[in-house]
Amino acid sequence: MENPRHWRLKKQRYALVGEICPHCAVKIFPPRDVCPECGLEAKTSYQFSGKGKIYSYTKMTDGPAGFRQNAPYFVALIQLNEGPMITAQLTDVGDEEIKIGSPVEMVTRKLREDGDQHGAILYGYKFRPVLQEVSA
Amino acid sequence: MKLLKPENPVGIIGYGAYIPRYRIKTTEIARVWRGEGAGPIREKSVPGPDEDTITMSIEAGRNALARARVAPESIRAIWIGSESHPYAVKPSGTIVAEALGADSSISAADFEFACKAGTEALIAGMGFVGSGMARYMMAIGMDTAQGKPGDVLEYTAAAGGGALILGPAAESAAVLDGAYSYVSDTPDFWRRQTAKYPEHAQRFTGEPAYFDHIGHALRTYLDETGTTAKDYAYVIFHQPNAKFPQKIAKEAGFTPDQLAPGLLSPFIGNTYSGAVPLGLCATLDIARPGDRILAVSFGSGAGSDAFSLTVTSKIDEVRALAPTTQAYINRRTEIDYAVYAKYREKIDFDR
Repeated sequence: MENPRHWRLKKQRYALVGEICPHCAVKIFPPRDVCPECGLEAKTSYQFSGKGKIYSYTKMTDGPAGFRQNAPYFVALIQLNEGPMITAQLTDVGDEEIKIGSPVEMVTRKLREDGDQHGAILYGYKFRPVLQEVSA
Repeated sequence: MKLLKPENPVGIIGYGAYIPRYRIKTTEIARVWRGEGAGPIREKSVPGPDEDTITMSIEAGRNALARARVAPESIRAIWIGSESHPYAVKPSGTIVAEALGADSSISAADFEFACKAGTEALIAGMGFVGSGMARYMMAIGMDTAQGKPGDVLEYTAAAGGGALILGPAAESAAVLDGAYSYVSDTPDFWRRQTAKYPEHAQRFTGEPAYFDHIGHALRTYLDETGTTAKDYAYVIFHQPNAKFPQKIAKEAGFTPDQLAPGLLSPFIGNTYSGAVPLGLCATLDIARPGDRILAVSFGSGAGSDAFSLTVTSKIDEVRALAPTTQAYINRRTEIDYAVYAKYREKIDFDR
């Protein structure tokens, strides 16, 4: 049971809420309260758009405990449009070719369940190929 | 006066659909169980292994917020109607509210009334906004419906739904004209506390349940508002299959053209609490200013909600701000029964 940790991280996990540096305007994710660029205090929260590109990826055919039944699945480094690079699972991968540079968007999904059927369900960000609108 | 009508006029200021991308053909289910299939329902939507009513409500809610063009902090209630809330005890509403960026000073609640839990939340929300207690509220109908393997319900039990943000009529893309709700104690379909799959009373689900309740709600609503089928551009009925809504529509004098835009069950199956909100989203996607839309839900147990809307000129401003229902219907990846069994946790991993 890691309830306190999951509870603390919920805003960044559910909705990609990071920070923006009030001194040099760099966007920060995950939030760390100190700007990685200028080293000054940065506690202003910032809602990321959830749009980004695949920087690199790998296919997991044998996941760790808690993720095994989802295998095979993709884990990717996502370069967010606002700058930061984050690691996340890809989801809803259908016929689209997954390749470096593919545009992706954030969705909130089940990450795993804490413990067996009795534990809490953990939710957080994943990325999927951008939903295509039908041409009118 | 049986009509439910708030003191201050209320309307829908934003709407958002969600349907998962996976589909299983009903012929594939019939192949496994040597069943007869599900007639005109070609396939049903299946949620991915990382989806549930909460994650699907979050995406529909984000789409509705994008169209409503209001800050998530201004929403004063998030009410989710579903019969597949992921937790038996722990609200879906708080997780969805947190993910949408809503303020903590809100009402968050989960509604349950079989397939009409979504419209139940909508009608309660009409009162909440119409009384002046809230400027904006979000009502969601969403389900990842479960059918027992091999049961007749397995052919149609699908996943999807819609989120509707209610607010003052003056700001709305569609004004809610009024509502009417009709219920009776009818044991046609149920699921006990710890049961994984629902039970149903076979053919009892037709005449004494669906047709009786929808018929009452529909007739009373038309009588009370002094309207007839021809006053509406579109109609949406609860759609456990394709036949029931087509039958009631025909009997009440609606044409297939009035029914078509909101009749999604042939393409994605029965989305339970999500069915009428989703049918409404699909209809709003194509409706023109001035169009009147009638919607009649049904929930087992049993009851029916009827309400109508008048579309305003704002619809043209908000429509393109989020994905259409059709975009989700078109995004499809077909899976076979084995993958379906894995995704729907019908395989015991002995975790």
